[in-house]
Amino acid sequence: MGGAQLNGAQFTHGMIHNMEYTGVPLRALLDEAGIRLGAKWLYVEGADAASNGRSLPLDKALDDCLVAFKANGEALRKEHGYPVRLVVPGWEGNLWIKWLRRIEVTDGPVESREETSKYSDLLGDGIARKWTWEMDAKSVITSPSPQMPVTHGTGPLVITGLAWSGRGAITGVDVSVDGGKNWQAARLAAAGQAKAVNRFYLDYDWDGGEMLLQARARDDTGYVQPTKDQLRDVRGMNSVYHNNGIQTWWVKPDGRVENVEVS
Amino acid sequence: MSRCRDLLISAALGSVLAASPALAAPLGLGRAAEPDEIAAWDRDVRPDGIGLPDGTGSVMDGEAVFGENCAICHGDFAEGVGNWPSLSGGQGTLDHDDPMKTVGSYWPYLSTLWDYINRSKPYGNAQSLSTDEVYAVVAFLLYSNDLVEDDFVLSRGNFLDVAMPNADGFVVDDRTVKEYPRFSQPPCMTACKPSVKITMRAAVLDVTPAGSAADTGEEAQVLAAGAQVFGKCKACHQIGQGAGHKIGPALTGIVNAPVGAGAGFAYSRPMLAAARAGLVWTKQDLAGFLASPKVFMKGTKMSFVGIKEQDDIKALIAYLSSFPG
Repeated sequence: MGGAQLNGAQFTHGMIHNMEYTGVPLRALLDEAGIRLGAKWLYVEGADAASNGRSLPLDKALDDCLVAFKANGEALRKEHGYPVRLVVPGWEGNLWIKWLRRIEVTDGPVESREETSKYSDLLGDGIARKWTWEMDAKSVITSPSPQMPVTHGTGPLVITGLAWSGRGAITGVDVSVDGGKNWQAARLAAAGQAKAVNRFYLDYDWDGGEMLLQARARDDTGYVQPTKDQLRDVRGMNSVYHNNGIQTWWVKPDGRVENVEVS
Repeated sequence: MSRCRDLLISAALGSVLAASPALAAPLGLGRAAEPDEIAAWDRDVRPDGIGLPDGTGSVMDGEAVFGENCAICHGDFAEGVGNWPSLSGGQGTLDHDDPMKTVGSYWPYLSTLWDYINRSKPYGNAQSLSTDEVYAVVAFLLYSNDLVEDDFVLSRGNFLDVAMPNADGFVVDDRTVKEYPRFSQPPCMTACKPSVKITMRAAVLDVTPAGSAADTGEEAQVLAAGAQVFGKCKACHQIGQGAGHKIGPALTGIVNAPVGAGAGFAYSRPMLAAARAGLVWTKQDLAGFLASPKVFMKGTKMSFVGIKEQDDIKALIAYLSSFPG
């Protein structure tokens, strides 16, 4: 979380996606194959050159995972994992193995490079968390943002963005224009769906003054998206992955927007 | 998976699947995998040594294999070149402001190293090392982290005897205890803090990738495509103002420049010969070189397979041209 500051939502929050997948429930495949007594984990492996593989607990595999062959109604594209990829709702993207070629049922985790050296979260005391699979609630304002400046001057402004949680449905999003001093509830485009992205809107009358825009997501577990400083209080400065802290955009009087951090 | 099919009807249902209300009868799809098929595919190695094939490799042999295949990015002593990862050192730094996470300081299991090298390395030529070479490189990395002596030989037999310094450095996700209570309080809505100050600015740090401005002209599109192709080159080359030699020479002004003219860069012998012969990097020659470096110039140090698509080569040369010397 001490990491690079990038000036645009595509860079700060671009590595998420939300699609409608079609496929075979992983549970159905496992039912068909049968599972031996003592099975606790799967090892799922892709057919990329590095044969990326991850260990997946059997409980999750039997819950809501999918071996998908379509996305948004069309065959998976090569870069999305054609012919089949794993869908692991709410969990970190690296587990969504593309070009899935092998599923091994085991009694223990493989502890592959992508679940030890990488995707583990180094805390301030030098101890690292592993198996931090679930993605906590997060949000970002997509407009205005550095790549979407205000070009129409003062007056009515629709502040809009996206919110999501890997642990449940988004129940609300609050927006602040003053860097987190005061908040207003935004309206959701639709009722929140579990483990899916929600668009939110706040209608605002902009007087042309500077704004420090923030969004704060809430999910149906009662979780409220923390500030970056709140996360640092728990995790320290070197927990690179799973940063779901509140983002701040500095909107200037000319409508341009910059990525900043605030106290 | 399919290897378990024949067991389906018997014991398996009693355990995990019995809890399923929607358990359907098997559809009878597919067939059980043959033992040979499983052996060919099932190559992962676990911390308890399951999956390790027989083999052996010495630190000395590993140094040679590493020098040949890995040192170009990771350095002769696994210290890391440029921004490529260091694989050695860093022990005792994990709680520092700037921790160094290496095989020796961070990785909890030796099996992870063996498995990763075996399945994913060397970069660009994965799964080309023999089993003994993998053992040897792992032995060399243990040596470069001061975990074994230089006469050490790693084998399946002594694999589990190696102690990794950070084996106890991990805890299973404890957010439910450490974070969720704290982050599940009713949110403050008004007068939540007395003042707000900007503490960091992206524009000051200036690390946003170039070419991100929205420009839709055709020329700009080619340049943007070229910038993207240059992503393949970036690991070894810099270009633009202030660019310096890295693993490869700086490329500012390379188009129509004399070959081998980057002062202070140690070119390969054939590249120096071409320089003496007066070769110039015309767009045409660049295109030939980029399509297949080792065919265009046998013996070049540029360890890059080449670019397949002509459009990509064109775009890349347009991009290179946009940085005149």
